[in-house]
Amino acid sequence: MITLNINQKNYEADVNPDMPLLWVLRDVIGLAGTKYGCGVAQCGACVVHLNGEAVRSCVTKVKRAEGQKVVTIEGLSEKGDHPLQKAWQEIDVPQCGYCQSGQLMSAAVLLRENPNPTDKDIDDAMAGNLCRCGTYLRIRKAIHLAADIQRRGS
Amino acid sequence: MQKKLKNKKALFLPIKTITVLIIVCFLVGIISSSFETKSDFASANSNRKINKDSVESVKAFMQVYKVLMSPRCMNCHPSGDVPLQGDDSHVHTMLPKRGKDGKGVYAMKCGNCHQPENLPGLHKPPGNPNWHLPPADMKMVFQGKTPRQLARQLMDPKQNGNKSKEKLLEHAHDALVIAGWNMGEGRALPPMSHEEFVKAWTTWIKKGAYAPK
Repeated sequence: MITLNINQKNYEADVNPDMPLLWVLRDVIGLAGTKYGCGVAQCGACVVHLNGEAVRSCVTKVKRAEGQKVVTIEGLSEKGDHPLQKAWQEIDVPQCGYCQSGQLMSAAVLLRENPNPTDKDIDDAMAGNLCRCGTYLRIRKAIHLAADIQRRGS
Repeated sequence: MQKKLKNKKALFLPIKTITVLIIVCFLVGIISSSFETKSDFASANSNRKINKDSVESVKAFMQVYKVLMSPRCMNCHPSGDVPLQGDDSHVHTMLPKRGKDGKGVYAMKCGNCHQPENLPGLHKPPGNPNWHLPPADMKMVFQGKTPRQLARQLMDPKQNGNKSKEKLLEHAHDALVIAGWNMGEGRALPPMSHEEFVKAWTTWIKKGAYAPK
């Protein structure tokens, strides 16, 4: 039995300790907001926060998360009102939307560590999140807007 | 005339005596030096560091160089700020940046993909609990270095992570160095075993850490 703290709730999961965290989140706990993309840490669709870091849950064994704090897209904010989520809606970033939870979780780490990112900072932070619809320019624009919303504290 | 000759004889005799005395003293010195104890001899030798051997040292370093320039070592000692990847040492896909501490930046930190252990399967991200590049303030670049440049860099504490000779000798047994021989499926190993590498590394340093010309 593995004890997990996900989005500030405790869960007990009777799973193989080597099972990828992504499988546990989606198939065992039922949090399906995090997506499966490539399964080999190449695309970023499965990014969740593990103790605040943007880990790729498809290659993170669940035993690494035992007793640690996991945050998924469902727990990024209580009411879906994280500055990034507001900006994403404002700019209407997604096209198909499949990669967007991973994009948001990566961007959230960037904004926490750098409240005023430049285009280059955004590229450095987001280079590991692929979007087959090519929404990169809207993502960059939305991150700048989110930084602005965060600065204004609204 | 006879008086002059007598005076010359008087002068000649003391010079002869002095010469003989000098020779005797010299012989006494040589004989007495042979009575040095064994430990005196050993310590005199160690002070002179006769273990140094530039030929052996350089020969060993050329073995070391082959390992350090293999993808398993060089890929994380790139000349730029992005690590290299694969047996062909191409620039790492996704362009993860070194960051200040060598552990990446923002959402692109090494440990986000590289787990504490290798993952099963071909070309999956290799793992280590301490996965990182050298830090931004001491990049310890291997890529593009000649044997001479690399040897000199490795022995310079200002470029080698402030390591003394003793620390360098220990470094051959560092967990991340050893990990170079266990990088997961689908990756070529360095050109010799870790044991052979340690032997060459130790010989290079103990024989004087000479840089090839």
